[in-house]
Parts: sequence; C-alpha cells; structure tokens
Amino acid sequence: MRFTHPLARLVVHLILIAGALLCLLPLAWMIVTSLKPIEETMTSPPTWVPSAWQWRNYYDAVIYRADVLGYIPFLRYFRNTLYLIVMTLPGVLISCSLAAYGLARLRWRGREVVFGLTLATLMIPFPVTMVPLYVLFRELEWIGTFRPLWVGAWFGGAFNIFLLRQFFLTIPEELSDAARVDGANEWQVFARIILPLAKPALAVVALFHVMAVWNDFMGPLIYLQDQSQFTLALGLQAYQSQHGGSEWNMLMAASTIMVAPVIVLFFFTQRTFIQGIAATGLKG
Amino acid sequence: MSRQEKQRLVLGLAFVSPWLVGLAVFQIYPIIASLYFSLCDYSVLETPTFIGLANYADLLGDEVFWQALYNTLFYAAFALPLGLVVSFATALLLNTGVRFMAVYRTIYFLPSLVPAVASALIWLWLLNGKYGVINEGLLHLGIEGPGWLSEPAWTKPSLILMSLWGVGHAVVIYLAGLQDVPKQLYEAAELDGAGWWGKLWHVTIPLMSPVILFNLIMGLIGSLQMFALPYIMMPGGQPARSAYFYAVYLYDNALPYLKMGYASAMAWILFLLTLGLTLLALRLARGRVYYEGG
Repeated sequence: MRFTHPLARLVVHLILIAGALLCLLPLAWMIVTSLKPIEETMTSPPTWVPSAWQWRNYYDAVIYRADVLGYIPFLRYFRNTLYLIVMTLPGVLISCSLAAYGLARLRWRGREVVFGLTLATLMIPFPVTMVPLYVLFRELEWIGTFRPLWVGAWFGGAFNIFLLRQFFLTIPEELSDAARVDGANEWQVFARIILPLAKPALAVVALFHVMAVWNDFMGPLIYLQDQSQFTLALGLQAYQSQHGGSEWNMLMAASTIMVAPVIVLFFFTQRTFIQGIAATGLKG
Repeated sequence: MSRQEKQRLVLGLAFVSPWLVGLAVFQIYPIIASLYFSLCDYSVLETPTFIGLANYADLLGDEVFWQALYNTLFYAAFALPLGLVVSFATALLLNTGVRFMAVYRTIYFLPSLVPAVASALIWLWLLNGKYGVINEGLLHLGIEGPGWLSEPAWTKPSLILMSLWGVGHAVVIYLAGLQDVPKQLYEAAELDGAGWWGKLWHVTIPLMSPVILFNLIMGLIGSLQMFALPYIMMPGGQPARSAYFYAVYLYDNALPYLKMGYASAMAWILFLLTLGLTLLALRLARGRVYYEGG
C-alpha cells in the first residue's frame, strides 16, 4: 500500500528515521564509550565525543596480561569460539543434508514417522533435555571439555533438517531420474545433483549456525569449567561478573569486538541472511 | 516386504541414520530420563531415588517458583503484543514504496544481530542508574528516570523495552510477507471503496494472519525459555527476585544446587505449559487465521 501525498511520505520518513536512530544509538554509545578514558565514562553530562580517543582500550582488551587485573584473554576466547565453529559446521551441513535428503527425496516405509518425530522435537524446550544430557556427558567424563558442545552437531538438528527438506522438495524429480537413468547411484544423485542445487539453502543453514555458535551462552556456561576454555560469549560475561560495572570503557571495547564480526559477516551475506530469515519466518 | 521395498528401506535409513542416532540420544532419551528424574530425589553425586510426585508437590508450595513463573509470563504478556505491534507497523511503513527501504531494513535489523551477552552489557551501561545515558537524556527532558535495574518495579519493563530493540528480525519476516500480498487484492478492495484502513483490515491482516500466528507462537516458546539476558543483567533475579526468570531458576536448581530432580520437574512443567499455551493459541486462532487454499 503506497502513500502518494508528499506530506504523508515525509511523515513516513520522519517516523522511520526516528526508529532508525533508536536502533543505532545504543550501538553508537557502545563505540563511543569504548574509546573513552575511564574517568570520562563517568562524567555528567556525558560526552558524545571523547576528549581523547583512547584506541589503547582495544589493545588492552585483546592482549591478555595476567599480571594486570581486568584484562580479557580475548585471543584465547576467540580461538575457542573458532574451534567450536570449525568442529561443528561440517557436521551440521553433512548430517542435516543427509537426513533432509532421506526425508524429502527417498520413499521408504517409516519415513513419515521419522519426519513427524523430527517436527515434534521442535516443540521440546531446551531445559527439558538439559539435565539428562548433563548427566550423560558427566558419565562420559566430558564435562570441562569441548566435546558436549560439538559432538551433537554431527547428528543432525530438527530445525535445519526441516529447512533443507523444504528446499529439496522444490527441486524437480526429473533431475534425479535423469541421473539415475545415466547410472548414478543414490549417493551420487545426492552429492552431484541435489547438493550443488541446494547451495542457497546450505548457505542459510551455515550462516545461522555460525551465528548460533558465536552467540551461544547457555551451552558453554553449562559444560565449560576452566577459564582457558571459555568462548567469547562466556568469557565476556565472566569478565563482567568478576569486575562488576566499573571499567565500562573496557567492557564496551570488548562488546564491540564481539559485535563487529557479526555485523561484517552480515554485510557480506546480506542477501542470504534476509532471504533465510524471511523463509524461516514465513513457514506458518 | 518385497525385495525392492527392503532395498528402499535400507537406503532411506542409511541417509537418515546420523539423525536417527541424534534423535534417540539427544532428544528421546533425555525426555524420558527427564520425566523419570522429575520423580526422583537426584543430586548427580548419588543414584536417583524414586519419590513419586514429591518434587511437583514441593514446587506448588515454592514461593520462588511462582515468582519466577509470574515474572516470565508477565514479560511474555507485554513483550509479545508490543513486539508484534511495533514490528508489524514498521513493516507496513517500509512497504509503502518508501525510498531507501533496504537501508532502513538493514538498520532495523542490526540490533537483532547483537549477541545476547553483548546486548546485556550494552543495556547494563545504557540503563546504569548513576552514569546511564538514558536517564541523563530523560533529565534533559525534565524527567527523573527510574532505577531501571535497581527498583523491583522497573526490571521487567526494562527487559520488555530491550526486547523492542531486537524486533528487526520480525520486521524482516513481516516485510517479506507483505511483499507477497497480491496487488490485485488491493485493487479489488479499492473498487469496493475500501480506504487505507479497510485494506489493512480486510486484505493485509487476514493474509498475514498465518505468519503472525507462527511468529507469535515461536516468540512465546522463546520467551518462556528466556535465559541469557536476565541471568547476566540481574544476577539471582535481583532486586527482590523481580527479574528471576523461569529458565534461570531452573538452571540454578540444576547446576549450582544440584537438585536435578527438582529442576527436571520444573522442566516438565515448562514443557506442558509450552504445549498448552501453543494449543490454546492455535485454538483461539481457529477460524480467525486465513490459510490460502483452505
């Protein structure tokens, strides 16, 4: 529905600009604070332009020096987070696309039952499985290791399977049949015909998965114990709870470091992102 | 089963096998175990002892449980409708053929990209009682801002306000849905004399109703499991447990206190609550939600 009256269009822009400012101001304030000397974070009225641009805060936040309290072993946390991404991403893509293929493009007895169970697990709140999984990983003596955070990724996940299945269903069956006539077995049809065509859907799954690992707080909180293993999300929270609300310039520098890669990733993959979100949200 | 059927079954199972293991180990087993643990006294350190429904009976008399449930439902009751109205209205404005639509959409989407931990820290700083920039801004307008994080009456409203910062995700979804509404329907409505409101009520909202319902249900499930923000921003749900959320109390029972049976009973109540509210939403929506082709 369009507005044609110039005044109406102006009002729409004014409202949208006000909304955009509300979205951006918290992020701007984060960046401004991250560049201030500590004294200046506590002045009243607050300043929007730091009197001295203290880029050092970033250096101090990233470089861990055990002798000085209040510094964050950021490189370590970053490495741990990347490790989890590398260990889980291939697993998610392989196991979910295999399952989606079996549910979308093969006809076998019991398929509908498995698909029904898959959908049903979407309804299960995480806290329900939390306790027994903790107990299970404890029995395996995996608590305090990274394993609880990546092993599961190799065994599929309902949401991604559902997403990929829906995409696989849209690929014409003739393509598979033609390959079969040419003597391809099922595995070859999957790997050479379907997967290359499913790149956009796989990109969405990969992107959302990377974001989920980067953002995950509860998983690392439950399973990791030693500070040297913390991920960025958990490390940042641990730093905040240990040093309380005092060094706001440092905390905001650390937050900026955590937010920036996500936003950079978003700008490079915007189309995939927006389409992926629209697709997952319109499934109703 | 014929030979061919058998072959098909083996092939299907082969493709699905990693997920079947995952389904069994990471979903079905934990659900059954959780139900069993909820009927036990269990501290992890010793083997579980069966105590029947005692955990559930204890929960009914646990003041903190009711407080946490109330806080969570209070949050959902305000954050969900407010989020719906704000995100839907924003999507409508973006869909008016406005220039720079994609730029606005990107800006609105940015906050929902911010990781929960970073978001918590940013808002702790913005809402800080002493040096927070929000209260400084309010002071300029002659308003003395409340202790957002220190007064029990304001902690939940703070979280509700914060949730509005993250509605960009929903804006993207609604906008995509709005762009799919066939133009002919608006033209037909115009021929029938419908104005802007008429088209909104009789065309846009009915066509968007399945999307709205789906997103409300997902939002409800998410709100009931809200964890990271209250856990980080209001440790222990303080002040006065005003921000003690259900999932936080559940986590506290499970890990720091090692009351695994009690936590499992809470988890099952959450499960049933999620299921019940979802079915209720579907029921209330019946006849009000329009599905194309039936």
